[in-house]
Amino acid sequence: MQSRGRMTAYLAISVALGMMLSYVEALLPVFFGVPGMKPGLSNILVVFLLYTFGWKAALDVNITRIILSGILFGNPFSIIYSLAGALSSFAVMILLKRFSFFSVYGVSMAGGVCHNIGQIAVAMLLVENYRIILYLPPLLISGCFTGFLVGLISAGLLIRIGNIVYD
Amino acid sequence: MGNSVLKLKKSDSAVPLLTLLLSAGVFLFAGSPFFAGGKGDRVKVYVDGKEYADFPLNEERDIIISGHAGLNNRLIIKNGEADIVDADCPDKLCVHQKSISKDKETIVCLPNRVVIEIEGRTEGAVDAVSR
Repeated sequence: MQSRGRMTAYLAISVALGMMLSYVEALLPVFFGVPGMKPGLSNILVVFLLYTFGWKAALDVNITRIILSGILFGNPFSIIYSLAGALSSFAVMILLKRFSFFSVYGVSMAGGVCHNIGQIAVAMLLVENYRIILYLPPLLISGCFTGFLVGLISAGLLIRIGNIVYD
Repeated sequence: MGNSVLKLKKSDSAVPLLTLLLSAGVFLFAGSPFFAGGKGDRVKVYVDGKEYADFPLNEERDIIISGHAGLNNRLIIKNGEADIVDADCPDKLCVHQKSISKDKETIVCLPNRVVIEIEGRTEGAVDAVSR
């Protein structure tokens, strides 16, 4: 293992990187008129951290990223929705990773899908209209697809620089 | 780190399969606008889950909706379609959503907690079933 100082530096770099990914994502237009359909770029970072520094570090970095980028590029609502999505996605990814039934691809796809489920659940509570659930099917399918791409990129990163923790 | 977790496994296909099943389930449960998309008749506006206004779809209208926390959405009903063309909300996702005209279609503005929903004639639905 490594020193506390090195760990802090790595995690700070991760937060900065996550904020950049959030910014890039905020610049992208809405896809196909369905709100909430997005590539989930910062999930690459979360999956990478989950498989290298462990779930505690990944959770800390992700929550810090969401709050900071929410203040910078979003609004209080986007923070609530992002947190709801991120936490439900995160809980599922930790569980699935622990059971090691899936590879990083399966974990990342399940994370993408659950991100959208969490967001729609919060939206239904806030707007008090169950019809919003009709946005769920396209979001689930896009979440699964982008989750696969996130898994592909994360696996590539893990193969190349996954040993960063032990250097 | 074991390299086995970094390669696509057969078991990974369970995730897209379950996703498709769940999507199909939600469609059947909630009544898909693609399957049940009969002609719309009225435009209902909800704020905070309560009915705010109700307009016929075939009359031209230009309305400012006062949503949650006093934020406004501008709704235009024209040519049998309803669309939000402008809003005070921070993300403007409602403005980017497509205009709606079929039964059960919705436009949602989450920050303003505004839902626009198209309703069809219920008699029409009964006829379709009895036929």
